[in-house]
Amino acid sequence: MCLAIPGKILDEQVSNGIRSGRVQFGGITREACLDFVPEASVGDYVLVHVGFAISRVDRDEAERTYALLESMGMLEEELAQPDDPAGGR
Amino acid sequence: MKYVDEYRDARLARALAADIGRRTTRDWVMMEICGGQTHTIMRYGVDELLPPAVELVHGPGCPVCVTPIETIDKAVEIASQPDVTFVSYGDMLRVPGSRSDLFHVKAAGGDVRVVYSPMDALKIARQRPERRVVFFAVGFETTAPANAMAVWQAHREGLANFSMLVSHVLVPPAIRLLLGSPANRVQAFIAPGHVCTVMGYSEYEELVREYHVPIVVGGFEPVDILEAIRMIVAQLEEGRAEIENQYVRSVSYDGNEPAQRIMAQVFEVCDKKWRGVGPIPQSGYRLRPELAAHDADRLFGLSTMTAEEPPECISAQVLQGLKKPTDCAAFGTRCTPERPLGAPMVSTEGACAAYHQYRRHAMDPVKVRG
Repeated sequence: MCLAIPGKILDEQVSNGIRSGRVQFGGITREACLDFVPEASVGDYVLVHVGFAISRVDRDEAERTYALLESMGMLEEELAQPDDPAGGR
Repeated sequence: MKYVDEYRDARLARALAADIGRRTTRDWVMMEICGGQTHTIMRYGVDELLPPAVELVHGPGCPVCVTPIETIDKAVEIASQPDVTFVSYGDMLRVPGSRSDLFHVKAAGGDVRVVYSPMDALKIARQRPERRVVFFAVGFETTAPANAMAVWQAHREGLANFSMLVSHVLVPPAIRLLLGSPANRVQAFIAPGHVCTVMGYSEYEELVREYHVPIVVGGFEPVDILEAIRMIVAQLEEGRAEIENQYVRSVSYDGNEPAQRIMAQVFEVCDKKWRGVGPIPQSGYRLRPELAAHDADRLFGLSTMTAEEPPECISAQVLQGLKKPTDCAAFGTRCTPERPLGAPMVSTEGACAAYHQYRRHAMDPVKVRG
């Protein structure tokens, strides 16, 4: 129920006093309210929950976190000794 | 899909699990609060990657599961009236009330509709002024701003035929209740990333200080959850208890301020009963008195209804992390997603339904960890 999916803002307009836009999720496009993400604009990724964008995905943080995780994965592969239960940190 | 696929990388997940294994020197019990995270854990077998010493127990974070049985009865009562169009998120239709459910109301000819967004309910109210349109507003803090916006917009437009049956719950008071229980075994929490996207995490800072438990705000993909577990194990092993944020790409300390503003305009905090758990002080939202004209509870005069749970259902213990779904004698036999006894078997985010979908064929006693 608290599912929120990241999608890219394709356009934006204001109707009935509410700012909304089309947001693309993979191959699907849906209308979402953008009133809670005033900092987000066309081309940004937002997390959408029940038709409302609730955050702009922080690109730098996402990339930094992922790079950190990935470097750990690479390191893991380089240091892999599958049968060594006492392998250190 | 960007920001999804990379967080489902099996190689990264294995590396994180291996690191958790290296860090773990003794038994630890932690709880993921959110049903969305429970679903990810079961779907991807995240728990099966962990060392046996790390036990995940599943929390009460499924709004469908904790909506009180009498609220379902009210929904059934309202939806059965001939001039009502009852609008709901799909998950709520099969939740059993004490006598019936919304699906049966619909099957019997009631005008019950499923929507993706509360704004769709507003559209129906604009198009059908002769109908009383009632939206079933359930959810945690994640969903509250969307539901608040719908009722605020109805108020602004003067849509007199639009009302809401509100059953909103809040996460921090539930964590407080679990931590205060003498039966509590949970030593750390993964806080729900989308609730914290809206609310920030200052409220969790208080819980960490008060109960000296590590809390890590976590995302919803397998790599997010494993990283949150790794951060928790590091804290537990080092004897630290801090609030940390794994889900930095969406969650900030203060949360979403425009969303919090609309929630404050529309809702006020109230005592709330949770299905399977009981009453929790200051753990829910109700509409502010200024918006009474849109409050279905008042409009339909049903606010004193009460009802009892079926005695065989152990969802109370499941929702508090005291028992696993498979400890229930009715699991998979007298209680299935098609014919649920209790709400955690209904929603895909309920622990019982998640176990039923992903684990019922793997219930070989040799594989089940105690």
